[in-house]
Amino acid sequence: MIISVASGKGGTGKTTVAVNLALSLKNVQLLDCDVEEPNSHIFIKPVFGRKDTVFIPVPRVDQKKCDGCGRCKEVCVYNAIAVTRKKVLIFPELCHGCGSCAYFCPHDAIKEENREIGVVEIGRKDGIQFIHGKLNIGEMMAPPVIKAVKNNVDKKKTVIIDVPPGTSCPVITAIKDTDFVILVTEPTPFGLNDLSLAVEVVRKLKIPFGIIINRSDLGNKKTDEYCTRENIPILMRIPFSKKIAEIYSRGDPIVGTLPEYKEKFQRLFKKIKKSCG
Amino acid sequence: MKEIVIISGKGGTGKTVVTGAFAALARDKVIADCDVDAADLHLLLDPKIEKSHIFKSGVTAFTHKKYCEGCGACSIVCRFEAVREDFSIDPISCEGCAFCSFICPQNAIEMKVNTSGKWFISQTRFGPLVHARLGIAEENSGKLVSLVRQKAKEIAEEKGCRWVIIDGSPGIGCPVIASITGVDCAVVVIEPTLSGLHDAERVIDVARHFNVPVKVIINKYDLNCDITEKIERWSKDRNIQVLGKVVFSKTVVESVVEGKTIIEYSNNKVTKTLSDIWKSLEKELAG
Amino acid sequence: MKVAVSSGGTTLESNVDPRFGRCANYIIYDTESDDYKHVENKSSQASGGAGIQAAQMISDMDVGSVITGNIGPNAFRVLSAASIKIYSGATGSVKDAIEKFKKGEYKQTAAPDVGSHFGMGRK
Repeated sequence: MIISVASGKGGTGKTTVAVNLALSLKNVQLLDCDVEEPNSHIFIKPVFGRKDTVFIPVPRVDQKKCDGCGRCKEVCVYNAIAVTRKKVLIFPELCHGCGSCAYFCPHDAIKEENREIGVVEIGRKDGIQFIHGKLNIGEMMAPPVIKAVKNNVDKKKTVIIDVPPGTSCPVITAIKDTDFVILVTEPTPFGLNDLSLAVEVVRKLKIPFGIIINRSDLGNKKTDEYCTRENIPILMRIPFSKKIAEIYSRGDPIVGTLPEYKEKFQRLFKKIKKSCG
Repeated sequence: MKEIVIISGKGGTGKTVVTGAFAALARDKVIADCDVDAADLHLLLDPKIEKSHIFKSGVTAFTHKKYCEGCGACSIVCRFEAVREDFSIDPISCEGCAFCSFICPQNAIEMKVNTSGKWFISQTRFGPLVHARLGIAEENSGKLVSLVRQKAKEIAEEKGCRWVIIDGSPGIGCPVIASITGVDCAVVVIEPTLSGLHDAERVIDVARHFNVPVKVIINKYDLNCDITEKIERWSKDRNIQVLGKVVFSKTVVESVVEGKTIIEYSNNKVTKTLSDIWKSLEKELAG
Repeated sequence: MKVAVSSGGTTLESNVDPRFGRCANYIIYDTESDDYKHVENKSSQASGGAGIQAAQMISDMDVGSVITGNIGPNAFRVLSAASIKIYSGATGSVKDAIEKFKKGEYKQTAAPDVGSHFGMGRK
């Protein structure tokens, strides 16, 4: 079963839930797909074994075959190709790797090469197989790195995916083709505002989902009311506790110091499994 | 006229609360909410929308079924898994590269311009606010962020304002870059957690890469004084000024629930610290 | 010889725009006939590659020199490949900039002035 943990807003406790859920279960994979700012490794502290570079294809022009016709520039919607005085200039950071230019070149002068945009690192800690991706600074495209992380999914295990915050492309890439989405929120106007956006996304992707309210005693009742109105199950509430905040700040998992939470997360998992049938 | 952006790397550190506070404290300003993916600042500022515009960016493929002969060429060339079994296009997966459109022998695929979001010019009790909302699953290229900033600056110049205060985007990608290039100061709000420090390091790298001056605020500092000290040492090593340390306060959550900036809601320690921080920023940048 | 000047407006009285890739217009001035026309910069709203697209458009126009405030690395690369001379650091009105250029007061720019994305987020 593949469970993704997401939230419209950053800082609601997504990584806390993903990490502690993973640590409470057996035969688990934890995939950190927040490739711009991966954090789960801080809490899991895995021993890393493998490192895979993530590439996207980028065109390279064979100047001997090129006659400067400019067809490649015409088919590039991203402005990644300029043709001037019969010279072809490629701008790799803008290239989305679609393959149009190579295909349409009438002289077969364009070949695609690999360009490095990030890494995927794989490690272990106790019973957990840990995988995360890191997008290189200055790179624009997170989805290819996220896809590379998800290529390591082992369907025979319980897979937990830590999803980036927000509602744009990287989030969709991470949530797609998972069996259940946990949306983590806080009961404040900020949390509710972003939760409703995240709910829209998950509904568009037609994946069953439920909500965890974190810092559940700091805020108002509007989030509860919203969930009731929208028929969204509230799977768990985690009250604010300075102790939990302090454990998190140190980079330690909650279930390490507060073992009663292990049982809570195991019950959460049973609830999710039941709702998925 | 000076531009200040508040960023954080990681979400949830208090960026929007700090921006709201500066909006309440600064005189003669225009406010810009550049967190277009998950805009929250309006919840504190209660804007009255005066002008609303559609934002178009990028294109999405669309198959006109009546011309489609089902040859499947589109499906073969698409690298983004956006062509469905019936050869219609999944707009969420489509990246707008147009390969399918170029290759379709029946010319059945049209590239339609996306309405990817909306942007607004509003009035608030603190002055003009420029804000935006990006549609779901839209590519956040930074273009909408740039537009918000551009409009905010135009209004500031028109009205002779002294400040543009920008609520920046989280993360390290294009939207953040578009939030911070050319500003007079980027204020990074860090919480004293290992993850917070880790993410702040990355965003400060980005800021320095673009030659943007950086200063730090440590928020909720008393949740972990050891890490707060670590952040202070780390900042000193990198010649980054720590503007101040804000104590954790449940009153801040209350102020958010009430839709008010902390400055208006309470005269507590948080308000005092943020007021002092603003005074020193104001002095340094304006003077 | 044609000179392209990045401009805020459409006449010689307009100010030189400090950004090459995202300026509003270009004034294309012919130094032999002293005639000029303005061209709207359609690349100013491009999400990415504005500098590239703008430089591509300029190089397709048979321009020999470019006068601007700042030029980024991508546009610099395209213009250099087209052997177009670049003079950056210009301020003031387009008219003044062209006068200074004619008198040879500008030095050719050897490298990009600013990093990429300079034009984003600014007016």
